[in-house]
Amino acid sequence: MTEFLHQVLSGIASGGIYASVALALVMIFQATHHVNFAQGEMAMFSTYIALALIQAGVPYWGAFAITVAASMVIGAAIQRVLLTPMAGSPVLASVGVFIGLLLIFNSVAGWLFTYQLKQFPSPFEGPPVLGGFVTRHDLGSTAVTLAVLSLVYTFFRFTNLGLAMRASAYNPASSRLMGIRVDRMLSLGWGLAAAIGAVAGMMIAPVVFLDPNMMSGVLLYAFAGALLGGISNPLGAVAGGFAIGVIENLAGAYLVGNELKLTLALVIIVVVLTVKPAGLFGKSVVSRV
Amino acid sequence: MPPLLEAPLLEASGLHAGYGEVQVLHGIDFVVDRGGVTALLGANGAGKTTTLRALSGMVRTSGSITFDGVRIDGRATEEIARRGVAHVPDGRGTLMELTVEENLRLGAYTRRRAEAAPDMERVFGYFPRLKQRLRQQAGTLSGGEQQMLAIGRALLLRPKLLLLDEPSFGLAPLVVREIFDIMRRVNEDDGVSILLVEQNASLALAVADRACLLETGRIVVAGPAAEIREDEAIRRSYLGY
Repeated sequence: MTEFLHQVLSGIASGGIYASVALALVMIFQATHHVNFAQGEMAMFSTYIALALIQAGVPYWGAFAITVAASMVIGAAIQRVLLTPMAGSPVLASVGVFIGLLLIFNSVAGWLFTYQLKQFPSPFEGPPVLGGFVTRHDLGSTAVTLAVLSLVYTFFRFTNLGLAMRASAYNPASSRLMGIRVDRMLSLGWGLAAAIGAVAGMMIAPVVFLDPNMMSGVLLYAFAGALLGGISNPLGAVAGGFAIGVIENLAGAYLVGNELKLTLALVIIVVVLTVKPAGLFGKSVVSRV
Repeated sequence: MPPLLEAPLLEASGLHAGYGEVQVLHGIDFVVDRGGVTALLGANGAGKTTTLRALSGMVRTSGSITFDGVRIDGRATEEIARRGVAHVPDGRGTLMELTVEENLRLGAYTRRRAEAAPDMERVFGYFPRLKQRLRQQAGTLSGGEQQMLAIGRALLLRPKLLLLDEPSFGLAPLVVREIFDIMRRVNEDDGVSILLVEQNASLALAVADRACLLETGRIVVAGPAAEIREDEAIRRSYLGY
């Protein structure tokens, strides 16, 4: 029973990471109807920036803040420079750009930082807590993840800027008529998604070690989570991310073993897409004509 | 500057517009006076909606559009809105997924919250029903309520010019009358100039001081609304009533 509880709790910790990346995916999907396949690699690259800063002697939380800010700028710049010209182009062209970005970030990271596994420090050191079966890092990273998710929620729900970003995603033409600078909202959305990804990367790196392929599995779990919860519903995607974390951990421990965990994510993706494409919490919008 | 005051608020001249290869407007000229109401009449496909889209920078145009002394042709839609042109589009542009309150907050997006607050009250004065439905998802409103929301949203921009695209479309006569009454009050009490696109010519001519009749992208008749209303030949051949 203790073992089971341990698996659930550490599933929640990695679920928080998947939830963050799932949220980043959903944010861009809602605005553009595209899945940014490079989201994970962008997060990985951000984590290398953090490591470089820490190795240069910047204290952990300082490096954390600089990395989040830098990722935001990089994300917004990618939208502005690479994706603005793609507006109105066919889906496959955008997919091509996303895959190109994935490869570029992956190779540049390998070129700059080598493909060797690197240790990444955790700001939450010390003996396990809660009766000894939750590591301090799991607890701390879950807290950080929840803080990020609540901040994002508050921003979109209660600020005018967040509202304008949602409006730009739902109905760009109408938003422009209200004086909203939709292109800036899109850049800001990419920046936010990149920042959320960066936090996720920095939180998972101490567990899985940092290398250029660190996020490929995470992205897959996050995508499964986003689909499970509903790719059109940010809250659903977050819930889906947490659920996938727990499912993954339990299945790894009791069902399929560690080697087949990733396959399970793919199975979930296929099952959701065939059985309930809108996801568990995918809400359909009521509208009268 | 007295000469500027006498110049019309909006002046379009030689306005061409179209979608891709298809040219819809073939060089039209019209004005909206300061404090005036200009009605743009015509049958389906005459180019009325395209004219409004051209003014808001939503379609490719050539020719000149001067608003409040400044050329606005070729500018981005959002910048034109920020200059004081509020456009209630074809289909009303409701953000269906959001609540009524959120839709209204977006209408006031370009303005400071404190400045917009009295205008919010004014909108509730015009449309008390919106106040009762603040928390409701906008997509669940009736057609008339959505039209009210669209006009309310546009007023929150505190526009100098209001572009209305067929506000009577698909609505019950009683609701249409309510909306036209409010339009008149917006024009007379708040001093907002209006460019009104309508298929219902008698309704539009009753509130307008100028009217233009569009036919396949060209203006065939233009003049004071009162004259057009009285001219039986025009009424019979173009307006059908």
